[in-house]
Amino acid sequence: MVAQLTSGERQLALVVLIALALVGLAMGVVGRADPIGVHGLIVLVLSVGLTFLVLSSLYAPEPSAERLSQYYDDPSKVGIILAIVWGIIGMAMGVWVAALLAWPDLTFDAGWASFGRLRPVHTSGVIFGFGGNALIATSFHVLQRTSRARLAGQFSPWFVLLGYNLFCIIAAAGYFMGVTQSKEYAEPEWYADIWLVIVWVTYFLLYIRTLARRKEPHIYVANWYYMAFILVVAVLHIVNNLAVPVSLGHAKSYSAFSGVQDAMTQWWYGHNAVAFFLTAGFLGMMYYYLPKRAGRPIFSYRLSIISFWGITFMYMWAGSHHLHYTALPEWVQTLGMTFSLVLLVPSWASAGNALATLNGAWHKVRDDATLRFMMAAAVFYGLATFEGSFLAIRQVNSLSHYTDWTVGHVHAGALGWVALITFGSIYSVVPWLWKRERMYSAALVEVHFWLAIAGTVVYVFAMWNSGIIQGLMWRTYNESGTLTYSFIDSVVAMHPYYIARAFGGLLFLLGILVCAYNIWMTIRMAPAVQPTSTADLPEPRQIPVSPAPAE
Amino acid sequence: MPEFHRKIERSAIGFVLAIVVVSSIGGFIEIAPLFTIDETVEAAPDMRVYTPLEVAGRNIYLREGCYACHSQMIRTLRDEVERYGPYSLAVESKYDHPMLWGSKRTGPDLARIGGKYSDAWHVAHLFNPRDVVPESVMPKYGWLQRNTVRTDDLGEHLAAMRAVGVPYTDEMIANAGNDAFGQASPDSSFAAGVSERYGEATQVRMFDGNPEQVTEMDALVAYLQIIGRLTDVAHKQAALAQEGAK
Repeated sequence: MVAQLTSGERQLALVVLIALALVGLAMGVVGRADPIGVHGLIVLVLSVGLTFLVLSSLYAPEPSAERLSQYYDDPSKVGIILAIVWGIIGMAMGVWVAALLAWPDLTFDAGWASFGRLRPVHTSGVIFGFGGNALIATSFHVLQRTSRARLAGQFSPWFVLLGYNLFCIIAAAGYFMGVTQSKEYAEPEWYADIWLVIVWVTYFLLYIRTLARRKEPHIYVANWYYMAFILVVAVLHIVNNLAVPVSLGHAKSYSAFSGVQDAMTQWWYGHNAVAFFLTAGFLGMMYYYLPKRAGRPIFSYRLSIISFWGITFMYMWAGSHHLHYTALPEWVQTLGMTFSLVLLVPSWASAGNALATLNGAWHKVRDDATLRFMMAAAVFYGLATFEGSFLAIRQVNSLSHYTDWTVGHVHAGALGWVALITFGSIYSVVPWLWKRERMYSAALVEVHFWLAIAGTVVYVFAMWNSGIIQGLMWRTYNESGTLTYSFIDSVVAMHPYYIARAFGGLLFLLGILVCAYNIWMTIRMAPAVQPTSTADLPEPRQIPVSPAPAE
Repeated sequence: MPEFHRKIERSAIGFVLAIVVVSSIGGFIEIAPLFTIDETVEAAPDMRVYTPLEVAGRNIYLREGCYACHSQMIRTLRDEVERYGPYSLAVESKYDHPMLWGSKRTGPDLARIGGKYSDAWHVAHLFNPRDVVPESVMPKYGWLQRNTVRTDDLGEHLAAMRAVGVPYTDEMIANAGNDAFGQASPDSSFAAGVSERYGEATQVRMFDGNPEQVTEMDALVAYLQIIGRLTDVAHKQAALAQEGAK
């Protein structure tokens, strides 16, 4: 793959990697008494390893100019594989921590193996590792096709993809060592956060530069969502992670905000990480792969516009519904609840638009598990957004908050919507990227579909039950006017549901293992004899037509 | 509308700017006033800052991810107040960088845990929760008793917290390491300085019952015992409300 880079790009890669290795070395030396030193060592080893990879092909011949008349898909291929690897790690970790809640002694007597440190490995592993890689990989693919232009440059896509994975590795390795800001879904410490900003700015510039090359005057709706994802995540990430480190040799930092302001900032971030990482980005996926696979145009342009701007505007107000009845001023709570309710309109406009697009292709949904993945994702998206608006109502929230109902809701979205749309997109894009006629086994896609659906349903039902029982037990009064149940009574009542939840998660994990095998075998299959479609090429860069010679 | 939109979706830069503007409004309107409206955070003149040992303990609480299962925010609901104590006020987490209000109660809320149980109970419970509460699903934290707490850099920690607004004095920062040792070693010559700098009410004692070293267990228990007790404004307010009801 290095051979595909021009010699200028190889030299640039070398410079960046050596600089990174030096940063790693400095972190290792300055922070030798602290976990940041271990992180420095990881950075050093990874960048030296990649340096050797680049060096091995440094003097390979220049790539042929023909590559410029094709799309640049190597980063997308690697991104898809990384997404699956992180998915397996994150989901396996999820099953383990779920089992720990049912059988707490199922672990080692060591800090790294305790629930509190493993849980963020699960959440970051699936959200950032699996979801993030899938978003980056598909965004490169979709961006090029909908712009009919090749990515701007060959170095920056690799910098974005591999730099992002370095962030994920630093994050996960840090959790095992107890390096965390204790801000949900923003756990990585200050230096990882700074690195992500650098990667993210490069991502944005790459996106906008490629869009500038587009041969299509209009920007396609999938790109609206990918752009909102890139931009808003940047804003959220920077503001919520403002902090003062103890010193350059310490992993630990202290958040710039405290108390009520910190709580509001955190949930403004947390809820919009759901909105712009887990919703907007994946809607971008849906708006491209679902109509492509169904062979039908998007049902309504007008609905696309309403839902896009509705989501972009209203989600940002909704975060305070995580803080009902707390010390947050009530006016903010009320605003959060109101916008959460109205948010149902653009959310259902999106889900409805996707389902209506399938009109005329329902026979394909029946026969093609890949398309069915995406259909089910749209249904779960509709369900989860309805549930979200419902849970944001103060009186409902008084029961559901702090219980497993929240966990069930999150997984209805994360498993039912995010993971299903991702699997549907991956099963579509893998044969296209690797120029295979189809996936290795349609039957295995079918098996995966049912494992995923069964896992999601078992999980979500278990958490609905446990959450509602928990919430009710906490507020039950007996005839003498005192609380009926002690807290531990509610813990005991959860036990069967925690087992069911771990089982549901296990089914889902088996599904992704089947998926990984299927992808592996597809890559090993012989390439399609004929290129699947001659149309999968960028428009040639415009060469001014020379006027016909005068007679 | 579609005609107008067809125009703006032809310009990438215009579209980027539109997204930034439209998405910024909500957060700005909800967050900025929290810094400027005085009523957002109550006044608590008696409130003290965390001692260095409590800071170290709080950092262990963060490190082990306790916030994933324990909230520190009692809501204004009758059953919560009766189960846990007076509802939480904004001022009580004024010095919490970051706040630990939490989002999930796999275990009970801890906003009023300070003083509720003895040190010995906490030590036994953290060592193996099922020795104390047989049905508990909480992890064991045996290594806290084995690890000596790092105190040599606590001054830098306090300085960083001062940079984000916690009113530590130069004296507190200069003596941070000694104060951490002193708070867990009541018989040492460093104990007196702790009460001098952080107030007579500060709990100076051997939290883990082990005189040999100042362990992470000392630090974490010191922190757990101060949660909800940096100020008693919440209790005062609850007492006033009760009198008003009579």
